[in-house]
Amino acid sequence: MKSFTYERAHTPAEAAGAAARTEGAKFIAGGTNLLDLMKLEIETPAHLIDVNGLALDKVETIPEGGLRIGALVRNTDLAADPRVRRDYGLLSRALLAGASGQLRNMATTAGNLLQRTRCPYFYDGNLPCNKRKPGSGCAAIGGFSRQHAIVGGSDACIATHPSDMAVAMMALEAVVETVRARRVRSEAAGAAAGSGMTRSIPIADFYRLPGETPHVENTLEPGELITAVTLPKPVGGTHIYRKVRDRASYAFALVSVGAIVQHDGAGRVALGGVAPKPWRLAAAEAEMPRGAKAVTARLLADAKPTRENAFKMKLVERTLGAVLAEARG
Amino acid sequence: MAKVSFTVNGANRDLELDTRTTLLDALREHLHLTGTKKGCDHGQCGACTVIVDGRRINSCLTLAVMHEGDSITTIEGLGAPDRLHPLQAAFVKHDGYQCGYCTPGQICSAVAVLDEINAGIPSHVSADLNERPQMTATELRERMSGNICRCGAYSNIVDAITEIAGRQA
Repeated sequence: MKSFTYERAHTPAEAAGAAARTEGAKFIAGGTNLLDLMKLEIETPAHLIDVNGLALDKVETIPEGGLRIGALVRNTDLAADPRVRRDYGLLSRALLAGASGQLRNMATTAGNLLQRTRCPYFYDGNLPCNKRKPGSGCAAIGGFSRQHAIVGGSDACIATHPSDMAVAMMALEAVVETVRARRVRSEAAGAAAGSGMTRSIPIADFYRLPGETPHVENTLEPGELITAVTLPKPVGGTHIYRKVRDRASYAFALVSVGAIVQHDGAGRVALGGVAPKPWRLAAAEAEMPRGAKAVTARLLADAKPTRENAFKMKLVERTLGAVLAEARG
Repeated sequence: MAKVSFTVNGANRDLELDTRTTLLDALREHLHLTGTKKGCDHGQCGACTVIVDGRRINSCLTLAVMHEGDSITTIEGLGAPDRLHPLQAAFVKHDGYQCGYCTPGQICSAVAVLDEINAGIPSHVSADLNERPQMTATELRERMSGNICRCGAYSNIVDAITEIAGRQA
């Protein structure tokens, strides 16, 4: 691990200010992904800003009828929250399908959104990877690609997004709240910089596809800190998260389907394990009353599977079919 | 270097550490509590599981300096050879190990698993999210999946935990 300096931040604005001031700084919360990558020197921050003391660890009911989930709410606590279990079952199920009990006790809501891919070539410093080292090439294309993306990838990268939680957040139309430091031109403006600038990013606009720049994974600015994730008021329906993987527990998805199905067969569906981001298309959801084959045809219309992961095309259709059958009861 | 103070098994500990030191290395290399084991060092095997403020975590994937003021329990704090924790005694009785390397992590994890079920925290295999989870072998297997045993003592581990879970229920 490369050496780094360390500080504990006490407010979101203070953390954002520290990030803006310090070259090579990163925030650390649960640390379950970041420390793993630091040990492998894939991540080499010069400075860590510990945000665990920011008191962003509450789930609050908001006046419009939704929930505001603090960025530091641990995955275990979010999955077990009675309001989430009752009204956003898809989110509880997705969280509980991921990682292990130990990891969910540490991992945070914001950190889960920002997980890096588990592409084995991203982890192997001896091989090219455009995400790890921009411009070096992609060893997954033409390599062992059984686990990789079938849709949304590019000639530069076919890595998948690993999060289960983010698939549920996509279907639930979550909004990511952030803060960043104001650009301060003089000492006199220091007071105005105190509170920082906030913004809300709908999750549909949060993740970026790899294109030519697979190292840029989302629309956060450098030093921008996630403070909360909000959920709109509950939409009812049957919530199902179905994850297909190589082991029954503690494995990343080959394919996962997060769905909210209403009585009339309409609803929402998002996929995990098949794309560089949680995969959801309005045109596909319009086909939901016509069944899994029609929905899958739209979801995967632009798919470019490799020889090794072409099985995911059929696996998506069959998993979605099972989910829709379960929803019909 | 950075300073950090926390309690380990009830005793106050003040350390000055390289910021890179994981909680696992602080316990083993600086406090010489070698009951907690380093297996994969990447959060995949569970050998390093300890209990921090009542919750089990992988001590290899957290920095020691992130635990200012925390209360840490390791296998040494659960029991000793002359006064075994009930789960330690059950692992002996049911032969819940072969080489024993994963055992401290298995036992720390199991202690927390029983607390999690008692607290009503659901799991991937809980049939109804809005009902209290049950103490079943299926629940224990799912909840213990973050602890790998290369010797394959899993069925005996489930037997050991089931005996203690039954006593608590």
